[in-house]
Amino acid sequence: MTSLSLLNRLAMALITLFGVAVIVFVLLRVVPGDPVAMMISPGASEADIAALRAHYGLDASLSVQFAVWMKAILSGDFGTSISLHRDVLELLAERLPATLELAGAALVFAVMLGLFIAVFATLTSRTRLAPLVDTLNGLFLAVPDFIWALALVLVFGVLMPVFPLSGRINPDVQEGFHTQFFLLESLLTLRFSSLVDISMHMIMPVLALGLPLASIITKVLKQALAEAMVQDYILLARLKGMSRLRLVLQEALRNAIGPTIALTGVQFTFLIGGTVIVERIFAYPGIGNMAIDAVINRDLPLIQGLVLVFGAMFILVNLASDALVAWFNPRMEG
Amino acid sequence: MAERRAETSSPLSGDRVHQSLWSTLRRDPKVLFAGGFLLLLVLLAIFAPFIAPKDPLEQDLMLGTLPPAGGSGYEPGYFLGTDDLGRDVLSRLIYGTRIALLVAFIAAGLAALFGTVLGLLAGWYGGLVDIVISRLVEIWMAFPPVLLSILLVAVFGSGVHSVIAAIVIIDWTRFCRVIRAETMGQARLDYVIAARTMGYPKLRILIREILPNVLPVLVALLSLEMGIAVIVEAILSFVGLSVSSDTPTWGGMIAQGRQIIYQGWWVLTFPLMALFATVLAFNQLGDGLRRALDPVLKR
Repeated sequence: MTSLSLLNRLAMALITLFGVAVIVFVLLRVVPGDPVAMMISPGASEADIAALRAHYGLDASLSVQFAVWMKAILSGDFGTSISLHRDVLELLAERLPATLELAGAALVFAVMLGLFIAVFATLTSRTRLAPLVDTLNGLFLAVPDFIWALALVLVFGVLMPVFPLSGRINPDVQEGFHTQFFLLESLLTLRFSSLVDISMHMIMPVLALGLPLASIITKVLKQALAEAMVQDYILLARLKGMSRLRLVLQEALRNAIGPTIALTGVQFTFLIGGTVIVERIFAYPGIGNMAIDAVINRDLPLIQGLVLVFGAMFILVNLASDALVAWFNPRMEG
Repeated sequence: MAERRAETSSPLSGDRVHQSLWSTLRRDPKVLFAGGFLLLLVLLAIFAPFIAPKDPLEQDLMLGTLPPAGGSGYEPGYFLGTDDLGRDVLSRLIYGTRIALLVAFIAAGLAALFGTVLGLLAGWYGGLVDIVISRLVEIWMAFPPVLLSILLVAVFGSGVHSVIAAIVIIDWTRFCRVIRAETMGQARLDYVIAARTMGYPKLRILIREILPNVLPVLVALLSLEMGIAVIVEAILSFVGLSVSSDTPTWGGMIAQGRQIIYQGWWVLTFPLMALFATVLAFNQLGDGLRRALDPVLKR
């Protein structure tokens, strides 16, 4: 990617983020439930209500409110959560690492599994295994993360209770972390007992999020590999006596990986969206779980902050996948 | 006369589509199975009061958390057991098809309607209309669906109407994008060019010539969308943002089952299976339709 088009994309990303901010702001200002009504005690007088409205700047015009809000956001002030009575930015900083680790782990798992099955399917494409792989993957494609999560709860939480059903870490182990990136920190500081505990908590949510993505990656990569395998250069390599495994891994994969990455990028944003419900099911303390509570409590400042963070994540993922596609496919340059 | 000729020359006109489509589908066991299952669900939803063995709302704490048939302590008549409030799981499951199918048909139908109208307009008229609609779709799709649905339900308040509105507002883009592309493809074909040469009004060509030819694709998309709608409703019921808790829904039952999972696994299992089977059926039907319609995939 040339630096110019990179700048172009960054500019587009900022515009999109601004659009998201506008939509969130406007949407939440037309909410029928008055946020002030949630905060007052039943006996409050009209004057009290008006004072409270003025305090939160809710008496100014919409455009003035937006300008004030935007200025505050840009200076890092996301307001105070109405339901949790805490600084929104602080809450986000506390919860975001949990979601990032979960989504990241699910992505790594999905890519590895998808890659493995696609290569396996390509190598066995002429055996009796092929229809079985296709049917299974077709079935997996239809199962969304919500159903996976609950099926896992049933199987590994109740039927064979091997994994903890909820939470991110055992409270006994939680002491002594310097950051909120528990998984990364315990990996880097080689604290294996906490690493095991965190992994046990993460396995089910990671599977629920990763399995749908893995089956999509399998489908696309398998098709791309099948197309690549009939190209002339593969035939040439085969005539040179290259083994089939090397052929797939070294030659075909390189050419099939571009479209797969582009698609994985888009699908990864869906995975991040899926963390909302999956975190809920496993009572995992990330921003997705917090988002549902924020909506139920009509906590406007928190909802705004959360949506902006999610929006920023989506845009970053898209930028990253664009960059990766360009890196793997030099023909796109220019 | 001239009118008739323009119509018969369209590549996929009327009866021929139905005939070839039906004969292809008839030979696809997955489609038949999925279609049959969905038909069964529709019948269950319509005749729920006659089929359900118990009142789905009737609580009896003496009969709380009874296991399904075969379990120890099984109470005859409560075939799939009861929940912690003593309500019959089977009856609630049967009544739950009502909300699931209601949301599936109405939400997916309305999303299809809006998306198709905008897609047809963008694909057929092009120019400024296309630019505006396409840009709108792009901005829309930058928004993560799960988050937008939660945001919208927060705005509208909880309830089945909000769920339907949220699905329509989020998913019309799926239809718009595909129908736009499909319309542009059809517009280049001979029968459209012939109709234009005859001097028919543009709107008339769009409705009477192009629309019937994008209809098959639309039906396949619609089936897939219904599966999505069923899941979205279940998710929103699960977090308590859909219908009020005294209406039986699969999502609500699943949420309840998740809470009492150690006391009664069946409260979660049966609605989850129903949800899975329904989503799978809509998916298989949609995929089958798409396979039957896609001339490239046809051998």
